[in-house]
Amino acid sequence: MRVDLGGIRMKNPVTVASGTFGYGAEYAKLVDVTRLGAITVKGIRLQPWPGNPLPRHVEVPGGMVNAIGLQGPGVEGFARDYMPFLRTTGVPVIVNIWGTSEEEYAEVARRLSEVEGVSGLELNISCPNVKEGGNAFGTDPRAVASLVAAVRRATRLPLMPKLAPNVPDIKLFVRAAQEAGADALALINTLPAMVIDIETRRPVLANKVGGLSGPAIHPVAVKLVWEAAQVARVPLLAMGGIVGPEEAIEFLIAGASAVAVGTANFIDPTTSLRVLEGIEAYLRRHGMNAVAALTGSLL
Amino acid sequence: MMKDVTCRVIGQTPLTAGYWALDMEAPGLAEAAQPGQFVHVRVPGLEPIALRRPFSIFGTEGTTLKLLYKTVGRGTSQMNRLVPGDPVQVIGPLGNGFPLEPRGEPLLVAGGYGVAPLAFLAGRLPTKGVVLIGGRSADDVLAVTAFERLGWTVRVATEDGSLGETGLVTVPLDRELARLHEAGATPELFSCGPDGLLRAVGERAIQAGCRGWLSLDKHMVCGVGACLACVQRLRREDGTEWIGRVCRDGPVFEAREIVW
Repeated sequence: MRVDLGGIRMKNPVTVASGTFGYGAEYAKLVDVTRLGAITVKGIRLQPWPGNPLPRHVEVPGGMVNAIGLQGPGVEGFARDYMPFLRTTGVPVIVNIWGTSEEEYAEVARRLSEVEGVSGLELNISCPNVKEGGNAFGTDPRAVASLVAAVRRATRLPLMPKLAPNVPDIKLFVRAAQEAGADALALINTLPAMVIDIETRRPVLANKVGGLSGPAIHPVAVKLVWEAAQVARVPLLAMGGIVGPEEAIEFLIAGASAVAVGTANFIDPTTSLRVLEGIEAYLRRHGMNAVAALTGSLL
Repeated sequence: MMKDVTCRVIGQTPLTAGYWALDMEAPGLAEAAQPGQFVHVRVPGLEPIALRRPFSIFGTEGTTLKLLYKTVGRGTSQMNRLVPGDPVQVIGPLGNGFPLEPRGEPLLVAGGYGVAPLAFLAGRLPTKGVVLIGGRSADDVLAVTAFERLGWTVRVATEDGSLGETGLVTVPLDRELARLHEAGATPELFSCGPDGLLRAVGERAIQAGCRGWLSLDKHMVCGVGACLACVQRLRREDGTEWIGRVCRDGPVFEAREIVW
């Protein structure tokens, strides 16, 4: 079941999506987090960040729309308050990082390179919920290339940009990121979305807009992973609407090397482990001896 | 310690119009529950991805878990279809409850279904006192006899005057506070209800120089502190501010902690 995600050595292909699993400890009483292939933590920037006003989420058919706004403890707070527990899990830790300038991204990467137990960086260039940073970088291939190159110079940690789904041609972004030095690619982030309360005629979210996640976006994600895989020379981490093994296996067939469970954690915290067991059973049933045999096996 | 338990429905009891009490067999969870804690319920029959719904614990009896709910939306309407024997996935007990050793005369202030954790609390506090229940109309006033059976004095206020005195519950609250003040007693306030009520109760606790325990009702997603959907600006004793998670760091906070 082992997978090498661009230098992040996972004992199995299942991790959790950033922002849906806190810093691991929150779910540790409900899920045996040591069984995960990796733990991906909530987005971190250089300094603590308060996030958006409430309401920050709304349920919609097939998922939810959120605008948390990347609330976080900053690099020092993360290393001090959350890494001690994460180190005890023995599981690779992927830290999602963001900033409002190339310099900030690079500085966060440089500092995390010195924190024991950090296995890789997921570069958040596609969060729809912060005005600067996030999506501002993610929807222009030249900006992606420039940012990835800047962070590349700052760290030797495996670097995995998380791509935005709301672009006309995902392949341009795959090429831009890998040519600039990305070791792996994560896709997809949430889809920009909006919900209006018709009685008050106001947006439901305080941020007005947010990101759609959940099963509603899964077919969108499969299509983008499939397209990305056609030009990717680096491994892909796929996410978007996984609720059970079937959606995860679809991603692997489409070309992903590993998968992340997101919104489903909120409903059934053990989804990631069910997905893991389901992938194992599928491989056995189809006489495959490694996840790699399934990756990109679409006929 | 929190668990994800498959509970079995024992039954549902209609209270007033739109309000129900749901009893479930919740071994391992009910026994551990403290007043003010909540559970996160995966309502069966909603689509697979429907978010869980948080509910204050209304009470426990051995391994029986009691919840109080009002049918207001998709989730609670679906809950209403549960029949004895139905399995329900429940995470709990979650959050921090009320302190059970008050320093003053306990004074409970409930707004609408905010009565739920206070009814649980009333049975666990060592001394009995006065419960003030407020609601829009008589239908929103619940658990009066449950409090009385436990030895509490109940006072009711409704906005439309259909039960008890007419007006907001803060009117009898101010009267009770004045009475305790004249008697030279220090009150200790416990409240659950809408933000407006909690804020009013908190202000009075600060004015009276007594402790005020407020249980916040916020929409939640994960219930365990991971998603940061239910945050609240808070103040430490040294005056510095921080952003806490209502589900994990609350839902009960002391009045002085909350930055409204």
